[in-house]
Order: sequence, then C-alpha cells, then structure tokens
Amino acid sequence: MTAQQIIFIVVAAFTLVSALRVATARNIVHAAFWLVAALFGVAAVYALLNANFIAVVQVVVYIGAIAILFIFAVMLTRRDMRDASPQLNRNWPLGAIVAALTAAGLIALLRGWDGFTRSAADLPADFGATSVNLLGEALVSPEAYVLPFEVASVLLLAALVGAVFVAFNKKLGGGK
Amino acid sequence: MNFWNDPLKVAADWLEGIFTGWGMDAVAAHVLTVFLGVFLMIVILMVVDVFLVWIERKVVARFQDRLGPNRVGPFGLFHPFADIVKLIIKEDTTPGDADKPVYNIAPILSMMSVLILWAVVPLAPVMLGTDLNVGVLFIIAAGAIGALSIIMAGWGSNNKFALIGGFRQVAVMISFEIPMLTMLMIPVVFAQSMNMNAIIQGQSVWYVVLSPLGALIFLTAAIAELGRAPFDLAEGESELVSGYNIEYSGMKFGMFYAGELLHAFTFGGFWAILFFGGYRFFGLEQVSPIFAVLILLVKALVGYWVIMWVKYTMMRIRIDQMLSFNWKFLTPLAFALLLVTALMNALLSSAPVWLYALGMFLANIVTAWVALEIARSATKQERERAEGPQKTAEARH
Amino acid sequence: MNEWIYVALFIIVGLIIPIGAILAGFIFGPKKPNPVKQSTYECGIEPVGEAWMQFKAQYYIFVLVFLVFDVEAVFLFPWAVKLGHLGLYAVIEGIIFVAILVVGLVYTWRKGMLEWA
Repeated sequence: MTAQQIIFIVVAAFTLVSALRVATARNIVHAAFWLVAALFGVAAVYALLNANFIAVVQVVVYIGAIAILFIFAVMLTRRDMRDASPQLNRNWPLGAIVAALTAAGLIALLRGWDGFTRSAADLPADFGATSVNLLGEALVSPEAYVLPFEVASVLLLAALVGAVFVAFNKKLGGGK
Repeated sequence: MNFWNDPLKVAADWLEGIFTGWGMDAVAAHVLTVFLGVFLMIVILMVVDVFLVWIERKVVARFQDRLGPNRVGPFGLFHPFADIVKLIIKEDTTPGDADKPVYNIAPILSMMSVLILWAVVPLAPVMLGTDLNVGVLFIIAAGAIGALSIIMAGWGSNNKFALIGGFRQVAVMISFEIPMLTMLMIPVVFAQSMNMNAIIQGQSVWYVVLSPLGALIFLTAAIAELGRAPFDLAEGESELVSGYNIEYSGMKFGMFYAGELLHAFTFGGFWAILFFGGYRFFGLEQVSPIFAVLILLVKALVGYWVIMWVKYTMMRIRIDQMLSFNWKFLTPLAFALLLVTALMNALLSSAPVWLYALGMFLANIVTAWVALEIARSATKQERERAEGPQKTAEARH
Repeated sequence: MNEWIYVALFIIVGLIIPIGAILAGFIFGPKKPNPVKQSTYECGIEPVGEAWMQFKAQYYIFVLVFLVFDVEAVFLFPWAVKLGHLGLYAVIEGIIFVAILVVGLVYTWRKGMLEWA
C-alpha cells in the first residue's frame, strides 16, 4: 500500500465517522459541528486528488458559509438544543429496508463496472499549476461553458430572491 | 548553492543527509525534515507573537500619551514573558454549565486558523512555503475556520454575553468577507495567477499604485475580519464585557489573545504581499533571502502599525451601522471597482507600463470620487428625511 | 510531492503547539474548583436561565445574503485568473454575471432586509 492510500483511508474513515455522528449526535448543535468535520474531510479528499481549487472552495463555501448558516439556523430557531425526544420513530424498520435495498441495488449496478480495478490516466505534471487557468478559460469561452456560467448567476439570484421572500413573509407574520 | 543564497535548502539538505545516513527512507527523511522546518517556523512565529504583545502595548501607550511597559528588562521587553508565566500558573476555570468539548476545542482552532495562514506566505524568492496555485483563496479558507472557532467559543461557554459576542463577530466576519474576496481578485487580475509568489513577482509596479482604492478596501475588510476597532462590536467592553472569550482564563484565553495579535500582524503581511510588493524592495531581495525575509517583516510591521493606528484612533460603531456600511456601500463599491479594473485591464492590455499604471490609478480615483459623491447625496437625503419634521438638527437638542 | 502535505503539516503542528501550551497551563496551574467560581459570569448577578436561547433572526438573513455572494465571488476567481489572456468579451460576460446578482442585492435592499430592525 502506498502512502497516498494510507492517507486516503485515514481521511475517508474520519469523514465517515463524522458523517455518522451528524446523524447520531443527540445535541443538534454538536451534529452541526460534526457536519463541519465531515465537510473538512471531503475537502481533504479533493486535496488528495490534486483538485486544489475545489478543495479550497469546499472549505470557503461549505465550512465558511453553509455550515455557519446551519449553525446559525439551529441556534436561532431551537429553544432547547438538547432534544429529549427519541431519535428513532416506529418507522425505522421500513427505513432500514429501503436503505438495504438501495445499497443492494448500488452494489448490483457497480459489480459490472471496471472502474475499481482500472487505474486512471496520470495527470499532466503541471496540472496543479494550470488547472485554475483551464477552468477560467472553460467558464468564459463561448465554445465551452459560458451559458452555464451566466445561468449560475440567475440561479443564485433566484436563491437570494426566494430566501428574502420567505424571510420577508415571516417578518410580516409577527415573528422576530 | 551556498548558505548565503539559499539558507533553507542548505539546512534541509544537510538534515536529510543526516537522516538518510541513519538508514532512513528518502521520502520519510524528506517529510521529517519538512516537519521540523514547519515546527521551527511556527515556534519562530510564536516568539514573534510574544514580542507583538510588547509592541502592541508600547504603541497603544504612545497613542494614549503614556509610557507603556518599562519595568522588566530594557524598555520593558521582558514584560510579555512575565505575562506568559502568569498565564501558565493561573487556574484554568471552566464554567460548570459549559459544553466542555466545544469549549475546549475553540481556542485551539482559533490559534491554528492563524498559524496555517503562514503556509502560503512566500518569505523570499527561494523560501516559498507552500507554492499553492490557489494561495489567495487559502486566506479565506483559513478565515472560515477562524469564524467557526469563534462561534464554538461563544456557544460552548453557555454565557449570554459570549453567545451575543460570537454572533456579532461572525456576522462582521462573513459580511466583510465579500469585499475582501472581491479585493483579492484585483491582484489576481494584475498577476493573472492566484499564486502568492506570482503576485509578488508581478509587482514591478506595486499594486497599490495600480489600485489604491483596492488596497484601502482590503485594509478595511481585513480590520473587520480581525474584529478590531472600529469593528470591535463583538468585544464591546462596556456592553458585552469582552464578547466570545469572556469565560476563558489562563492559557486558553492566552491562545485567543495571542491568536488575535498574530492575526493582525499576518494581515499586515498579506496587505504588504498583495499591494506593497511583498519581499521585493528595489532588487535588494535578490542579494540574499535573509534580506528578503527582513523586508517582508518590516513591511508586515508597517501594515500592523497602520492597523493599530486605526484601532486606537477610531471609535466603535454600532452593528446596524457596520452592516449597512458593508452591504450598502462597501460591497457595491468593491464589485464596481473589480469591474472597472477588469475593463481597464482589457482596454489597456497593449499599452506601455506607464500608461497602464496611470490609467488604472485614474480609474481608481474616479471610482472612489463617484462612490463618495453618491454616498454623500444619499446620506444627505437620509438626514433630511430624519430631521424633516424638526426642521434643523439644533431643534432637537 | 503534493503541496498539500505541507499544509497538512502546518495544520498538525498548528494543533500541537496550542494543545501543548494549554496542557502546560493545565499542569502548572492550581485546580481548586468551587461552585461559585464555576458559575456563569453575568456581571456579578446570579445567572438567569440558560444562554442557549433564541436570538435575533436578522443574523440569519445576513448569512443567507452572504452565502449567495460568496458563491458568486468563488465563480469569479477563475474568470479573474484568465482575464488577461481573454479579450473584452470575457469582461462583458463578467459584468453581466455581476449585474444579474446586483439585481438581487437591490431587491434585498428594497425589501428592507438589510436594515437592522
């Protein structure tokens, strides 16, 4: 096993354990902090793949904005952070069956896939240094992704207007 | 390659030679050497941090017409060491109702988020640290972890003041992150790279000449990110009694305090790197890396001094003023400046350097003037609306 | 070798040093807890209730607006890197991109969501 594989296994285990704790932590704010740990683990996986830009963006957007949003939402809305109600309701056997079926389906699908044994082509040696330039060129060149780039802006606008609309209605509704 | 030209490489080769001489694997020896180098770097940073305490106390004393620390050692230089001893032998109280794991992790993360910033700082042409091609965004990523540590400290303490302070500090940090991100793009446009070293190499003309307004907005956003006056409403001694670190004592408080000072110094350094040429100073950096490091240190200290100057001159603003200043003035201005810079960059791409610099400089001045005129007329209207019924301001008093 | 090894080492050492400092304080400091000392600090008054209570929802609005502009800025970074090599059309694309989002900012402003009320 190479050093990279060992690092990957450690990072992946950390991510999975954190993700599990998100679901099982009784304290909802602790769950939010575990989510941050899981997102950080994903960023580390991107870094292992030489995807520098995506790794940093993962931390900037997911930890710096989305996790903070979650934490604020949890802290601002719940009066009692330590939920006393049980974490499972009586539908859990049904949920377990659906999860098991999904897993079985995924395994059946992936059995015929040769991606596990085939090794990917080597990245060019200067990939780390040039990947952002390639991305920048792809985002604005008319032959590539200029339309998705502009549509992303419209999508963000829709998200902002939607969020403001919902919050505005709450404000009128007599909330804080 | 001798010691004078590349001291770090000589030392690293020597150490690696010793490790491999002990029968160690070449890769392991390299990693161990790098580990020791990083350790040494962080230890040096902590020592610098100790002297920053002295500098901060001495400078604030001068601003307030006092002497500052002057008893222990020459010029009171050994005062911070007495502080450290005091912090270590102080009782480390934990509030009984605190959320212990969160409470204990927060100061460690706070210090770590500042220390990792130095991973991307190019100290000299041959001492690059990590030559990441996304170095500029790395600053913001580390800031995200810093914001997280503050919300953890505020929540973990189970104290109302701490939680309010934490919320306010995070609100300030995230709000001013938008102008900061936008201003980080201006050196990126000039240097055509997000790599810190490429940005320094691109500064034959310091970027502060090309974009004085950008440097000013970056400094404002950096001060807000640091939570220093006039944006220290999270600390608010008179209302929040210290904010998010209110329940911390002993070395845990020391970590927040040291982290804050080092953070300010680090952002002085980033200001120097992004807009004032980093380690470059009229070719002196080519003579020896030792000079380059000293130049960067001096520039970072000057930046730190400016941050202190602002801190001890301005008064604290309220949270509504802070948020409307950011969202209604600074953010639109930052985006306008970025687009103006991009447009001028495209129009002047084939112009000679002096014309390019002149055009950029004038574009910045015009942008700043237009923004100030718009702000002036808007505030005038606001004032007239508010004071309309009473006719004049004097009528109220 | 991957540059992230250096960053990982910085993170590891950056964790070791503060942990060491706090441990030193733990070892050398006295430990004499008592209920009064450990009570929550509220300017000398007996603390009333828990701190973990509902706060102003306004903070949430600002984080929402921040999130949108954060993602926008991240999209613009690759554009800014490549700007020098591309012509005027790339600049115009960037202007359209930002202009669409400025509409959102103006909408938020008009709805009074940027007021601290």
